[in-house]
Amino acid sequence: MRLGKVIGTVVSSTKAKGYESRKILVVQPIDPDGKFVSTSFLAIDAVQAGVGDIVLTIEEGNSARQVINDADALTVKTVVAAIVDEVSK
Amino acid sequence: MKFGKIIGRVVSTQKVESFEGLKLALIQPLDEKLNLAGDAIVAVDTLQSDIGQIIYYETSKEASRIIEKEMNPCDAAIMGIVDNINITESK
Repeated sequence: MRLGKVIGTVVSSTKAKGYESRKILVVQPIDPDGKFVSTSFLAIDAVQAGVGDIVLTIEEGNSARQVINDADALTVKTVVAAIVDEVSK
Repeated sequence: MKFGKIIGRVVSTQKVESFEGLKLALIQPLDEKLNLAGDAIVAVDTLQSDIGQIIYYETSKEASRIIEKEMNPCDAAIMGIVDNINITESK
């Protein structure tokens, strides 16, 4: 799982099977201090996260399908699974 | 998933059976500001995208599931065509 910050949203009308009517967020990976690292990626929202939220993302298909509660969404791999309240070190 | 831009097509006559009838797109990975992000890849295109379009693609096993057959030799597929990107904060 990776920590990230939601920095935007994507609007898309042509989507593959499994992605229909799902909200897609742009997530910027962050380090534990909140600093931006690496390249942004896209994830399906499962927790009503919004822009500015620090989130936990999963990039593994079986877990992702459990999170969105749809075993038939076979093409889904990346999801936002939690909104992070606090990271302590 | 990652953003990408369709920069070309890949045509192949001699290919594995499960690739028959599939379009292959050449994709330049991008970041949220549409800056280049890594080397170009080839992905299966089932959404009839056009050259120049911004798309998002997924990799690994989930990409192969875009082909509705068992056992597909595929590790990247286009999952959607982007209409709009709304970014509020960036590097």
